[in-house]
Amino acid sequence: MTDVASRDYDLTAAEERPLDGPSYASVSDYVALLKPRVMSLVVFTALVGILRAPGEVHPVIAFTALLCIAIGAGASGALNMWWDADIDAVMSRTKRRPVPAGRVTPGEALAFGMTLSVGSVLVLGLLVNVLSAALLAFTIFFYAVIYTMWLKRSTPQNIVIGGAAGAFPPMVGWAAASGGIGLESVILFLIIFFWTPPHFWALSLYKADDYARAGVPMLPVVSGPDETRRQILLYTLLLVPLAMSPWFLGMAGLAYGVVSGVTGAMMLALAVKVYRLREGAPAIKACKQLFGFSILYLFTLFAVLLVEALHVPSWLSGLGI
Amino acid sequence: MAEQDSTPRDTHRQDPHRQDSHPRKASPDAKGRPDGQAPADGVVLTEEQRRRRRSRSVAIAVVLGALCVLFYIVTIVKLGPAVLIRPL
Repeated sequence: MTDVASRDYDLTAAEERPLDGPSYASVSDYVALLKPRVMSLVVFTALVGILRAPGEVHPVIAFTALLCIAIGAGASGALNMWWDADIDAVMSRTKRRPVPAGRVTPGEALAFGMTLSVGSVLVLGLLVNVLSAALLAFTIFFYAVIYTMWLKRSTPQNIVIGGAAGAFPPMVGWAAASGGIGLESVILFLIIFFWTPPHFWALSLYKADDYARAGVPMLPVVSGPDETRRQILLYTLLLVPLAMSPWFLGMAGLAYGVVSGVTGAMMLALAVKVYRLREGAPAIKACKQLFGFSILYLFTLFAVLLVEALHVPSWLSGLGI
Repeated sequence: MAEQDSTPRDTHRQDPHRQDSHPRKASPDAKGRPDGQAPADGVVLTEEQRRRRRSRSVAIAVVLGALCVLFYIVTIVKLGPAVLIRPL
């Protein structure tokens, strides 16, 4: 492991403060360590997993499971920020994070992340069930160790394999509610898994300079933007039918089939646009559009699954929907 | 004057069993400063540090309180309503 004490952080971007003195960290800095925006997507997808799982789960147990999954996801975010502080400091998107900015020391971030990791897994195991706790522990390990410490700096396939970490939450939620792992939870996992590469590569296409400066071997840096565009298109071609599969397999209703078809077509159209536009401002705009829409796409898919799990209107049921 | 000031401290260090109500003042300086230069009150927080430490402490207290409530409610839920139906 790298000696974090010897890392050379760029403190010029924010207030320069000693890393070994009394803490200047505020509560909001610790909240930022949890990556709240990522956490919100994790909570949402895990909620869908909980509500779509077969059987009944007490609302208090469901809430506890959701809380533990959220804290576990936040903990892995804190561990990621601890480990990646050196590269975060040289990237415009991340240089104001608490550790590279000097507001939280690396030791504080590590202690915070480890405490929450152990705590969330223990509480989930003791109050909900062991399978979901084991899956959560594996998710945290996969994100913090496999992705952050190993893959991110060593291979351009980093976010493809590392994307599994972000795909586990609905499966953890499903396991928390049902005590098992069903086919639908595997499909939910696969949807997020195949969604991650086009989502992140669209971002990395217009942030390639940042990644190159930080020495992160993202696909546009290693194989070039053309190959990245080709890969985005290929993954989107796999993603769209996969996202419709809950409807094909009878796990979701017609409403989901229609929404996944329409939004999938839009996602594919944007991927084709990214593939075709390769120069100048229109190319960057296309990448930003794909990145932004990909978030809406995933959110919409899971929102429809959530609504269907909560309530199917009687007039839709009467139509066999 | 310097010699007179340092004598009591040196004597104090040589007696490890001596009880001292202010051990921080007499302990060796962790940063290796010469005797007599260590700050008498140890680390002094700035006003900002003090304010942020207080906000962190309040947040920890709130989280611990919320966990207590959660554990209590989950315990009741896991015991189930039958816990109230029992011979007195």
